[in-house]
Amino acid sequence: MNKVGMTVSSKVIKNFFSQTTVLAQRSLVSELRQIATVLPGLLFPLLLAFTYTEQFNRVLTLPGFPEVESFLDFLLPATVLQMVSFGASNSGTELALDIENGFMDRLLASPVARVPILIGRVAGSALLAGLKTVIIVLVFLIAGAQVSSGLAGLLVLVVSACLLVVVIGGLSQILAIRSGSQEVVGATFPLIFVMIFMSSAFFPTELMSGWFKRLAELNPMTWVIDPLRRLMIVGWSWSDAATSLGILVLGAVLITSASVHALHKKLGRP
Amino acid sequence: MTTQTFSKMGSGISFSIAMAICRRGVLRVISRPTLLLPIVFMPVIMLISFTGAFGSLTRIDGYGSENIYDWMAPYVALQGSLFAGVFGAAATAEDFETGFFDRLLLTPGSRSSILLGTVWVSAIRSLFPTVGVLTVALLGGLNLSGGVSAVLLLVVASALLASVFCLFSLAIVYRFKTMRSLMIVQLLAFTSFFMTIGQVPLEFMTGWLHEVARFNPTTNVLRFARQGFLDGITWDLTWPGIVVFAAANTIGFVLAFRSLRLIGS
Repeated sequence: MNKVGMTVSSKVIKNFFSQTTVLAQRSLVSELRQIATVLPGLLFPLLLAFTYTEQFNRVLTLPGFPEVESFLDFLLPATVLQMVSFGASNSGTELALDIENGFMDRLLASPVARVPILIGRVAGSALLAGLKTVIIVLVFLIAGAQVSSGLAGLLVLVVSACLLVVVIGGLSQILAIRSGSQEVVGATFPLIFVMIFMSSAFFPTELMSGWFKRLAELNPMTWVIDPLRRLMIVGWSWSDAATSLGILVLGAVLITSASVHALHKKLGRP
Repeated sequence: MTTQTFSKMGSGISFSIAMAICRRGVLRVISRPTLLLPIVFMPVIMLISFTGAFGSLTRIDGYGSENIYDWMAPYVALQGSLFAGVFGAAATAEDFETGFFDRLLLTPGSRSSILLGTVWVSAIRSLFPTVGVLTVALLGGLNLSGGVSAVLLLVVASALLASVFCLFSLAIVYRFKTMRSLMIVQLLAFTSFFMTIGQVPLEFMTGWLHEVARFNPTTNVLRFARQGFLDGITWDLTWPGIVVFAAANTIGFVLAFRSLRLIGS
């Protein structure tokens, strides 16, 4: 590549990052301005975790239940993923709102590249999810929860939360692009909620039976939660860290590509 | 309740208006079946999730039942009815947002007719989650040892619970006139139902939850509705439920009626 070509491509990359940063900032500010809608998503999973801890203490004696000091230790990854599920579809809802009120048309008419419009929004939600994960972890630690893999495990948990937002947010963006309706995007929330309940989030699959056990084992949420939980209650393992992060990275790449494709298709581009 | 409130309520309650509002609410649900999704689909999914995930609880000594469906079905049905009550009030919020409620206020007679009609719709709507949950539970292996009387008791409890949460939701909606204001009631409703003997017996709970569940009025509601599914119907478990329903419906009615009277004043 000649010197002119390299200058142009470095400028494109620089523009890409600056546009993504500005749009991520906009998304973050928009979410923080609606703190009343952010708070329940943080408080409800915490409330559920503390209720389940006092409710399911006797479960720890069941054969097949992982060895933990308290049910709270077992619940940390599930609580984080549940928190994520509350706010993850916001990027899709906001995108649908922009389509509904015409702001999207103005964005498309500006010199902003198409991809940062999508990535910027999800990046804002992912940052917020990372912040909320840190709050949840701190509350759990104060309440006496133990994390066997230490800081490294917690870092994997925070990154996993951010990546899950990219996956769920990307899915909601595809719906927003295709439908252009906030209501349709909002309807995805119960499905995500159901996916969490039908996984190993609140109970190990070893203690389930029949078709529900099979369903929980096939649920991708279980594939992410189980290695994350082992990191929290057993100890550090490269394999567990790579499994949870690998699945989420793969999902994030696939979903983001699909959302970019959906946007290009909507705009009539190849 | 003040004497003034009683006299206002008494003056010209029109049952024909209440019936018309109730009929409109039922027709609205029939013409828009998507409205039934959250109150039927979600409880059914919750029943499947709770029984599937927590089925092994029955292996622990002292759990209330050997069949997880017997324990969970009434709980989930009541949870669905609770949301049927809240969503009944959501229809009123929609009427505020579209301006239809202003026209309703022009109807002759006491405003309590509007209130009664809306509560009746919610009570009728509670049938949908109850029937949905019982059907799926029966397919899953519900014993239903109490037979028809157990089902009747659950249906009555569901209707009364829906009316309680509809009244409390209306008290909020009449003041704030927006759908968003219902978030407060939804959160309170969900919380009050989680901190009770819904998933495990009181003896299983420890710490603060044990005390909260013990004094939570919803615990008596659950005992009332669940008794036919476990050990048979007894007066000892029935009367505390009746007291809670009577008190909650009275308080809810007074609060909702006061908010309704304040509209436009």
